[in-house]
Amino acid sequence: MSALLARIAALLGGDARADRVVPPSGATAWLTLFTAAAMAFLAVFALALALATGRLADRWSGALAATATVRISAPAEQMAVQTRRVLDILAVTPGVASARALDPAETQRLLEPWFGPGLPVDSLPIPQLIEVSETPEGIDPEGLRLRLVAEAPGALLDDHRRWRRPLVAAADRIRMLGLLSLLLIGGATAAMITLAARAALAANDRVIRVLRLIGARDAYIARAFVRRFTLRAVVGAVAGTAAGMVAVALLPAAADEGGFLTGLGFQGMGWLWPLAIPPLAGIVAFWATRVAALGELRKVQ
Amino acid sequence: MIAFENVAHGYGGGALLGEVTLTLAPGSFHFLTGPSGAGKTTFLKLCYGELAPDAGRITLFGQPLGAMSRDDLARQRRRIGIVHQDCQFIDHLALAENVALPLIVAGRAPDKAEMSELLAWVGLSRHADALPPSLSGGERQRAALARAVMMSPDVVLADEPTGNLDWEMSLRLLTLLVELNRMGKAVVIATHDLNLIRAAKAQVAARVLRIKDQRLQLAGADL
Repeated sequence: MSALLARIAALLGGDARADRVVPPSGATAWLTLFTAAAMAFLAVFALALALATGRLADRWSGALAATATVRISAPAEQMAVQTRRVLDILAVTPGVASARALDPAETQRLLEPWFGPGLPVDSLPIPQLIEVSETPEGIDPEGLRLRLVAEAPGALLDDHRRWRRPLVAAADRIRMLGLLSLLLIGGATAAMITLAARAALAANDRVIRVLRLIGARDAYIARAFVRRFTLRAVVGAVAGTAAGMVAVALLPAAADEGGFLTGLGFQGMGWLWPLAIPPLAGIVAFWATRVAALGELRKVQ
Repeated sequence: MIAFENVAHGYGGGALLGEVTLTLAPGSFHFLTGPSGAGKTTFLKLCYGELAPDAGRITLFGQPLGAMSRDDLARQRRRIGIVHQDCQFIDHLALAENVALPLIVAGRAPDKAEMSELLAWVGLSRHADALPPSLSGGERQRAALARAVMMSPDVVLADEPTGNLDWEMSLRLLTLLVELNRMGKAVVIATHDLNLIRAAKAQVAARVLRIKDQRLQLAGADL
């Protein structure tokens, strides 16, 4: 890898004379530059998406993992007794840090967004909720469920797992799509550079024949083309990456209410990731042009 | 230096050349004649490996052509100066750069004094900075010769070098080639200009090869 980078650095640094042998190409150079920039810009967003969904998955599993809820649905006269019993059980259950029964005011506040204020909680058979905080070791949900069934038939344990699973799965899937997009962008860049290099090689067929005739080795002829396309891809990718990073930085910050959803963007060291795009574009361009050039040259004896 | 053993070559089935056996020795001077389409250019292309023989064996400087890698071939071509029928320059580079190109692609820097001496030799000093398309046919032919000898090759192959030149210019180019031959280089000139061959015979011990009925024959002294 470092040998490859050294070769690319040497290539970009020197031998402008070999470069002069191929005529300047004008408009097509700008097209290569523009496409490389556009691909880098897209890559920044794909990267931001992958990183953000990674954080999202972590946050969702983290926030919901440490809590559980027990819901008690029982006839009004038994409610207090069963609540008492459940709290007693929870107090001696390993893995439970604290357990607290929600009072009617809290319950009303929870239901307010759905039913509006002024709901007569007292007159409705609203289940009693008990909020459970887990220790880092966590509870054994199956054991607790069996015990609750035996001692408080109206109690139901919800450890949030069934909420968590699809959310985390969705976040993981989005992250996969982000990474797949990055691969596709890399492949599309390689294809684009290959086509552009082929066109340049075909347009300069005469130059190539002359060079071959006077004893130029394939590597020498290829270098002139490889140098050009690698430079263009790197310069374009630098511009595209910079534009992409600015665009991500200027995204409106996710407000506190949206914290659960997390913002699309980079955080902390995450800002270093997009900086890898220009060197990667250079490596892709280097290989794509080299393979195309050596392939085309083989047709000229 | 260049040896042919029973070489045959043809395009798409039809044989053009067959049973060619010949050795180009250092200091030899050959003319290659024959009607248009007889295979003069093909013979020269076989000499520098642009074409591969269908049968037989070609050896360049002791190395069989078939066993050479592309890089080997490139290296051997630096020892062969070629004056192409249509010259073949790189049109966006100045004449001086075109002439120096064989050195540049070999990774050597052209020597300024040597360069101007060479351009003076072919009478193109004034045109060093001109682009090839702006030159006349004769100037291009002489520039092609200058490029061919830039690497001080062991063999000079010229394909119709006087094709678009007047008689005076043709003689001048011939004199340049004879001078090169006196320096010990093997020279092969493909031409159908019999006057040129007669003019050369006065200056140098030239042998004439004729392509007839797909065979390469040594022509008699009757020319």
